[in-house]
Amino acid sequence: MPSLGADMEFGKLLEWHVKPGDLVKRGDIVAIVDTSKAEIEVEIFEDGVIDELVVSEGTRVPVGALLATLRPAAGEAPGTLEPTVAAPESPAAPRALPAPEPAASVSEAAVAPLPRTPPPAPLAAPAHQDRPRVSPVARRVAESLGVDLGAVTGSGPAGAITKADVELAAGAAVAASAAVPSEGKAPVEPAAPAASVAAADRQAAMRQAIGALMARSKREIPHYYLETQIDMSSALAWLREENDRRAVTARLLPSVLLLSAVARAAAETPAFNGFWVEDAFRPAGAVHLGVAISLRGGGLIAPALLDADRKTLDDLMLGLRDLVGRARSGRLRSSEMSDPTITVTNLGEQGVDLVHGVIYPPQVALVGFGAIRERPWASEGMIGARPVTHATLAADHRASDGHAGGRFLALIDRLLQKPEEL
Amino acid sequence: MSAAATETVTYREALRAAIREALRTDERVFLMGEDVGAYGGSFGVSKGLLEEFGPERIRDTPLSESAFVGAGIGAAMGGMRPIVEVMTVNFCLLALDQIMNNAATITHMSGGQFSIPLVIRMCTGAGRQVAAQHSHSLEGWLAHIPGLKLLAPATLADARGMLAPALADPNPVLIFEHGGLYNMEGELAVDGEPIEIERAAIRRAGADATLIAYGGTLSTALSAAEELAAAGVDAEVIDLRVLRPLDDATLIGSVSRTHRAVIVDEGWRSGSLAAEISARIMEQAFYDLDAPVARVCTAEVPIPYPRHLEQAALPQAATVVAAVQQMLGDRG
Repeated sequence: MPSLGADMEFGKLLEWHVKPGDLVKRGDIVAIVDTSKAEIEVEIFEDGVIDELVVSEGTRVPVGALLATLRPAAGEAPGTLEPTVAAPESPAAPRALPAPEPAASVSEAAVAPLPRTPPPAPLAAPAHQDRPRVSPVARRVAESLGVDLGAVTGSGPAGAITKADVELAAGAAVAASAAVPSEGKAPVEPAAPAASVAAADRQAAMRQAIGALMARSKREIPHYYLETQIDMSSALAWLREENDRRAVTARLLPSVLLLSAVARAAAETPAFNGFWVEDAFRPAGAVHLGVAISLRGGGLIAPALLDADRKTLDDLMLGLRDLVGRARSGRLRSSEMSDPTITVTNLGEQGVDLVHGVIYPPQVALVGFGAIRERPWASEGMIGARPVTHATLAADHRASDGHAGGRFLALIDRLLQKPEEL
Repeated sequence: MSAAATETVTYREALRAAIREALRTDERVFLMGEDVGAYGGSFGVSKGLLEEFGPERIRDTPLSESAFVGAGIGAAMGGMRPIVEVMTVNFCLLALDQIMNNAATITHMSGGQFSIPLVIRMCTGAGRQVAAQHSHSLEGWLAHIPGLKLLAPATLADARGMLAPALADPNPVLIFEHGGLYNMEGELAVDGEPIEIERAAIRRAGADATLIAYGGTLSTALSAAEELAAAGVDAEVIDLRVLRPLDDATLIGSVSRTHRAVIVDEGWRSGSLAAEISARIMEQAFYDLDAPVARVCTAEVPIPYPRHLEQAALPQAATVVAAVQQMLGDRG
């Protein structure tokens, strides 16, 4: 189960898009997962053949749990994936060693039925994930009863799994296996009621997830806030001219200029583009610009425009439109959800002048924009009316200082003065 | 008839009965300390004993803890069975050199040639508005010292019964009487069973959490357990009784059954007996714990004089209840 956001602890597998034996390529959508916020399409990161679907549809599992196993496609050299291939000529050979056989026999091996690999521990979450809270006695009892801790809901302090939870789960597991129909079909949560019930549940769950994440942000991140006013007259003038030349459907929104300016500024100022993890700042390699999108019926999601600093304005515009549409229909991709590197919130459409944002952990900065309004603007000894927006920066003081933040905002301003270069 | 089997006594009277019995049954026993004679003891424990046993055996001493504790050590080495009363644990600091460098070490340093069958009684604890120089609970400091045995009678039976085995012990034994307990009244067996001074006692059996208390905090823990019972939580209450050496078997046995422990200690939290017990539970019962061990201790301030501040500084049943509920999570 991939982590589709810093606040995600569990996900429910809604649908498989693949079945055992299917050939998959890196980037293919293999499943739909319901986080508490949205339905997300899960991409696969390896080429290969689906070997086994470990988690059935309708099952809720913790982040890091094994969903499916993959084996190399026929003809591929073993060892490029997990070393799950044992050459039939030497079944006793340790599987971890690269098979010494020539390519022909290897491909034969790859298509042959594979020895079943024992599933790895369900709690083998990526190292950066918080370790699930399991009390020592619960862990011991789970081991002796053979209870999968990944399937147990904790009722202890801060959601810790207690001995009673494990015993309850053990009882439930016995009951469930007794209830399996004679065909041997695993019980799956019916899809239709799940969808309708889910809507209300998800609202509550989303509020809870947002609450937990924002509380964590305010608790852990020493925010500092900077604000500047940006004269948007050059940018808007350029945009008007540009849009006049374009078909209506290809026109650009002012917010795309803002996004592009932030993305480019972030690429040049690594201290604001990355993550605060384990008491240290880790700059991100690329700029994945999180865009705060409010959802119908309440709630908020901040998926990423991937590699936003290297995209043209047209690509950004298309990307933004696509992202907003899919966010509101609830179909985002895992790579968009997995931790954007910096986030932009634009409340200008609502007429807000100024937004002091809350950073989305583990990111270290959030840029906010207010409405672009005509305001009196003094320049070169003259006062005139100019379209102006308030740009704000909320930044993590552990990762950067106000001086650097000021330069970052100034850079965004400078980039917006030369819209033709965006 | 039950009236023949028990009598109504106070904690103070139970202590006095124990001293009287010791004086009657063993001529080597004598009591000394500040104001234990004519005045009857600062807390009235030895009232009437001077008249009964005379000034040879009920001895008033000068205001010098170091001198009369040292004299007690010498008397014990010389074959007597002294009971030394130090008014409060706060003042035993003046005699700490005698207690630690002599009483606790001489058996060891003499290669076993001398034993120190000395009993030192002292009042401890707060709650009586006698302010910061008379109210502290320093048992934890003394429990640090190898060579000493520390007792904390929290019940009438222990107040009555602990002295005899303490005097029989060839090593120095310190008995801590909580100042809030002297007026505690209840039924006590007239001819009680002899009492051991090795083990902690389970004062209330329970399945959901173990409350560990001693001396003055036993009643706090028992009230908390009653409150919890009303909320459907079944707490076990352990009375340590012996503060050194700690009875690990009883503690660990209980925590292994309940999987949760709250230590209620009137000492300050940092470097306390509660800290020591918590560490032992972690060392010996880690894989039986369902929640981190919790401690309810006295606020880390000199005990305040005003009643409301004093009560705010001391462990209260409500705090113990909250600690248990916190560790029960959704269940609490």
